[in-house]
Amino acid sequence: MTAIIRAKSLKKYFPIKLSFFRTLLSRTELCVRAVDGVSFDVNKGEIFGLAGESGSGKTTTGRLLLRLIEPTQGTVAFEDKDITHLDETQMKPLRRKMQIIFQDPYESLNPRMTVGDIVAEPLRVLQATQSDTETEERVKSTLEDVELTPPEEFMFRYPHEVSGGQRQRVAVARAFVLTPDFVVADEPVSMLDVSIRAEILQLMYRLVEKNKTAFLYITHDLALARHMCDRLGIMYLGKMMEMGTTEQIIYESLHPYTKALIDAVPVPDPTAKRIEVVIKGEIPSPINPPPGCRFHTRCPAFIGDICRTKEPPLIDTGNNHMVACHLYSKGK
Amino acid sequence: MVLLDVQNLTTYYSTLRGPVRAVEDVNFQLERGEAMGLAGESGCGKTTVALSLLRILPFNGKIMTGKILLRQKDIVQLSEDKLRRDIRWKGISLIFQGAMNAFNPVQKVEGQIVEAIRLHEPKVSKKEAKERVGKLFEMVGMEASRASNYPHEFSGGMRQRAMIAMALASNPDVLIADEPGTALDVIVQAQVLKLLNELKKNLNLSIIMITHDLSLITETCENLVIMYAGNIAESGDIIAMHEKPLHPYTQDLISAFPNIQAEKRRMTSIPGSPPDLLQPPSGCRFHPRCKYAMDVCRKETPKLKEAAENHYVACHLVK
Repeated sequence: MTAIIRAKSLKKYFPIKLSFFRTLLSRTELCVRAVDGVSFDVNKGEIFGLAGESGSGKTTTGRLLLRLIEPTQGTVAFEDKDITHLDETQMKPLRRKMQIIFQDPYESLNPRMTVGDIVAEPLRVLQATQSDTETEERVKSTLEDVELTPPEEFMFRYPHEVSGGQRQRVAVARAFVLTPDFVVADEPVSMLDVSIRAEILQLMYRLVEKNKTAFLYITHDLALARHMCDRLGIMYLGKMMEMGTTEQIIYESLHPYTKALIDAVPVPDPTAKRIEVVIKGEIPSPINPPPGCRFHTRCPAFIGDICRTKEPPLIDTGNNHMVACHLYSKGK
Repeated sequence: MVLLDVQNLTTYYSTLRGPVRAVEDVNFQLERGEAMGLAGESGCGKTTVALSLLRILPFNGKIMTGKILLRQKDIVQLSEDKLRRDIRWKGISLIFQGAMNAFNPVQKVEGQIVEAIRLHEPKVSKKEAKERVGKLFEMVGMEASRASNYPHEFSGGMRQRAMIAMALASNPDVLIADEPGTALDVIVQAQVLKLLNELKKNLNLSIIMITHDLSLITETCENLVIMYAGNIAESGDIIAMHEKPLHPYTQDLISAFPNIQAEKRRMTSIPGSPPDLLQPPSGCRFHPRCKYAMDVCRKETPKLKEAAENHYVACHLVK
């Protein structure tokens, strides 16, 4: 297994803009700690899922890896090369190798461009092809890959002339037209109807297998992640709480937060046991996150002062199953 | 006792390109204390059914035919005045889709709920209405004092709770929840579902849950109605429908759902997309996507017939 992308203690704080007088009065600069020290890597040909509630920093992490935003601290390494401080010209050749698929296919496609132009744009911007005919061929074969066939029929349509599922296929085609090594998909199916989610996921799955892409799948839907991902990371308030293979996370989850998250997923079977909601309240503000373990304010397995005062490190419990919880760090 | 009886409901939207046949020939019954799920893909007419029940369709929408009997009284025939006094909020109330944006951002939540109470029950004094808001807030698991907050001071889950409190303000018989889970995180969503279940039990409330997410329905409802392109495809007891779905669309829809507890597998989906309701396909509206489509499906619209006790299906395959 070779890691394509490696994040090391990544942090991203967004400063909060205060009014002039409040800036004078408050001594410290207030920040939203969106991502607060996250480390993981995504291997070649692997689908890594990043799951958590909204506000847990999943999307920010995805964007940091692509260097769409600058990290406050920490490093991002792409193919073992530190890319954290590269400037735009140095980044440009790498942009060919890393792409993103956005959540909302209704907003991420330019309504004034045809499907053909949308898919061709990355090739043109990054000068990945030698001639217009080559560009056209690449566009056609990619559209075929995403099952928009025959491609001639779709190339000259505008986004409003195709259905929601087909739009997301266009977005997938745009990401894969450069045959990238690393793709971030930020909630790629959450805006789609359940009946067509599966086909978009399978499409991405096939493309990942075919191109041996490293794929970061950001989602809040654990049921989908369970069927899609090889490994999963569970985030909460900018921290990685648990990380391991999908089987480890779903069947042998250790962290109380992961367990609660899994229990809260509704099961589409009327005879199954009804859900018991064990955790109360909602995710606290990332401006002033709770000290110690960030989950202690809602934790059903709270074990005392240590949770409130000491931040649990992410430790390996065996077989690369990592967890950040004092329940498992005792005696180490 | 049947509380709500919808018979042959047909609602069209008139557009410049002709009528959009959003809901056609929809029949269902709802009993007191029963929760019913209304499911289907987007654009299948779920929300139009809800809007028709309260007669709050947009200006170009019109109920063409059909009856909506609430306690044997036909809502379709009522005057606008009577509708406001007797039906809306008191008979049937609605939790709107997108709790995030359904409140007026520049007015305190308390004022908005008081307004709703006093509009439908003019005899209630302001003071009484305020007291009622406090009680409603406690009922949905919030502190009564929070009622004097503005909507932006609430989190998503609290806003959804406040929406539910508002819908319950005049003690309705039927509560319609339009996509109560979307835009909420799984944990908050589970809390809201639990609240709805409790309210149903404690108040003997009838609930119609509208969603595209079958798993939310299976967590709360006893009966299920599956709609496709404005028609009912299948309806009945949820356990029977889950164990033995008869309509090919129901079968596909159920298998398209990822189940976190099930074996890891390649998920299935329904090829194609729902039809344009300006020109719906002839015969059975599902036939272009149906893997069992026969000649008769293209020609004849299947009628909803009883396949077993409390299990209805509209498909030519079922004899």
